[in-house]
Amino acid sequence: MREEIIVRVGAKILTPFIIMFALYVHFHGDYSPGGGFQAGVILTAAFALLALVYGLAAVQRVLPPWFTRLCAALGVVIYGGVGVVTMMLGHNYLGYNALAPDPKYGQHYGILLVELGVLVTVFGVMASVFYLFAGRGRGES
Amino acid sequence: MTAQLPILQIIVPLLAAPICAVLRHGRAAAWLAVLASWSALAIALALLGQVMAGGVVSYHIGDWVPPIGIEYRVDIVNAWVLVIVASMGAVVAPYSVKSVEHEIASRRIPLFYAAYLLCLSGLLGITITGDMFNVFVFLEISSLSAYALISLGRPRRALTAAYRYLIMGSVGATFIVIGIGLLYVMTGSLNMADLAELLPGVWDSRTVKVAYGFLGVGVCLKLALFPLHLWLPNAYAFAPSPVTAFMASTATKVAVYMLLRFFLSIFGAAFSFDVMALDRVLLPLALVAVVSMSLVAIFQVDVKRLLAYSSVAQIGYMILGLSFASVTGLTATLLHLFNHALMKGALFMALGCVVYRIGSVHIDAMAGLGKRMPWTMAAFVVGGLSLVGVPLTVGFISKWYLILGALEKGGPWTAVAVLVLATSVMALVYVWRVVEAAYLREFSGDETTGEAPLSLLAPTWVLVAANLYFGIDAVRTAGVARQAAEVLMAGIGS
Repeated sequence: MREEIIVRVGAKILTPFIIMFALYVHFHGDYSPGGGFQAGVILTAAFALLALVYGLAAVQRVLPPWFTRLCAALGVVIYGGVGVVTMMLGHNYLGYNALAPDPKYGQHYGILLVELGVLVTVFGVMASVFYLFAGRGRGES
Repeated sequence: MTAQLPILQIIVPLLAAPICAVLRHGRAAAWLAVLASWSALAIALALLGQVMAGGVVSYHIGDWVPPIGIEYRVDIVNAWVLVIVASMGAVVAPYSVKSVEHEIASRRIPLFYAAYLLCLSGLLGITITGDMFNVFVFLEISSLSAYALISLGRPRRALTAAYRYLIMGSVGATFIVIGIGLLYVMTGSLNMADLAELLPGVWDSRTVKVAYGFLGVGVCLKLALFPLHLWLPNAYAFAPSPVTAFMASTATKVAVYMLLRFFLSIFGAAFSFDVMALDRVLLPLALVAVVSMSLVAIFQVDVKRLLAYSSVAQIGYMILGLSFASVTGLTATLLHLFNHALMKGALFMALGCVVYRIGSVHIDAMAGLGKRMPWTMAAFVVGGLSLVGVPLTVGFISKWYLILGALEKGGPWTAVAVLVLATSVMALVYVWRVVEAAYLREFSGDETTGEAPLSLLAPTWVLVAANLYFGIDAVRTAGVARQAAEVLMAGIGS
């Protein structure tokens, strides 16, 4: 698809909007359908589109495989870390009320942070899986 | 901090896992895994102490009150299983350090420890949680990491073995989640203690009985009860040595715990034995497992496979104890959970030492090893004697309670007691084949073959020593097991 100018330009224009939409699905996840899992998949889709149009090597320059693996681990640490922080603040594990004086905001921040962890891990895992499949037959990615 | 112990039990290994995954250096990941698994053991022991002193410990995640929130609920039964799983995790972790460097490609070593810690936290999670859906989540965590661990084995067949386990394990997990779903439909609750109160009201409905069936088949797949054991021999035979030692001594034990928790605590002993005739379903399966799998084990030439078949037979003993439907029988089951973990752990770790030195556990390759690797083979002999059930080893204690349970029931059950003795002789036959090869045949391999390094031998001998210690002084273990059995037979422990 390297010669198709419409596809190349179209992909370029769409990418920032896809990433934006992923963040919207995440941050609006507590009012509307969505959340970290869906957002992570959408975020991966943006890079998968670029890889399909511009080739794997070009995308891996922007998003190296070691970084996607780091993301996969980092998300779990974010999720678990929120729980550890609430424990340090004298509440039970994942007791979001600890995060703000008003429980309403505490729950809100807690959910957003935890879902951010989900987003990062799902993005990392999906992108790593995509790289593994896309890189098959071309040596180890 | 003591109030937070139930959650720390899970999150210490769970959060150490992703950190292991990003470490570049294999040794660093290894020591982090050792540290995490030792802390898990310390926490499990502290929890057992807490439960023995003050009764049930309940922990509300996110400060949500059960039955709405997820509850971690530790009573004497799962405190006991937590100690079993955590102690095996703590022994296998230092053993892995050298063994894994030998058997797994170096760039995969940090990932190995990540999967190992995930598997450990999954198994601990299944045990500690008081929420049905949480059980399923942790079951998936432990199973998925177990598939990955098994596929790391050196023979190419490890991949097919892992794939077969993946298919069978997923079928099992699906059955379990269907069962949980049906229970939720009938009661509107996922909390175990809450379910135990709500279920008697809907006992008569067919949905509950179907849920019972789904849960039963799903869990029995996971614990490899005959005839649902087909995934187990290859998975154990081709996995890396520390993985085999860990899985053989924990995964099936946790599945047995699930069976006891579901059927005796949630549905209640009365419903299980009087209405569903659980004992009459399990008894023939357990007997066939013990006899046929011991027989199959006798004819194996790969010693790891031999022990794997023996594991299926030993699971038969555990289920046999349950099918007695008595406190003594259940005590035997709970004791054998611990004792079998000790003996199979020691045996598979001794085999890991053999793999480390000669790269094979074929019975002919092991000829004459008794002189070359005296400590390793001595560990194997003690583990083997324990498997047979010789006095002064833990195997004897298990068999003692099992036979006691059978004789207590009297009548035709005496035949079961005789059968247990007869199958011990079969265990003697397959253990003897290995001992005969190692001690009475001439060594024909590489002249430079020597003893395994200390870092492999020390953890192995810790388990061997435990085999002897708890075989001689069984007061404490039998006491806890009996207490746990009484709690289970009475329904939900509180």
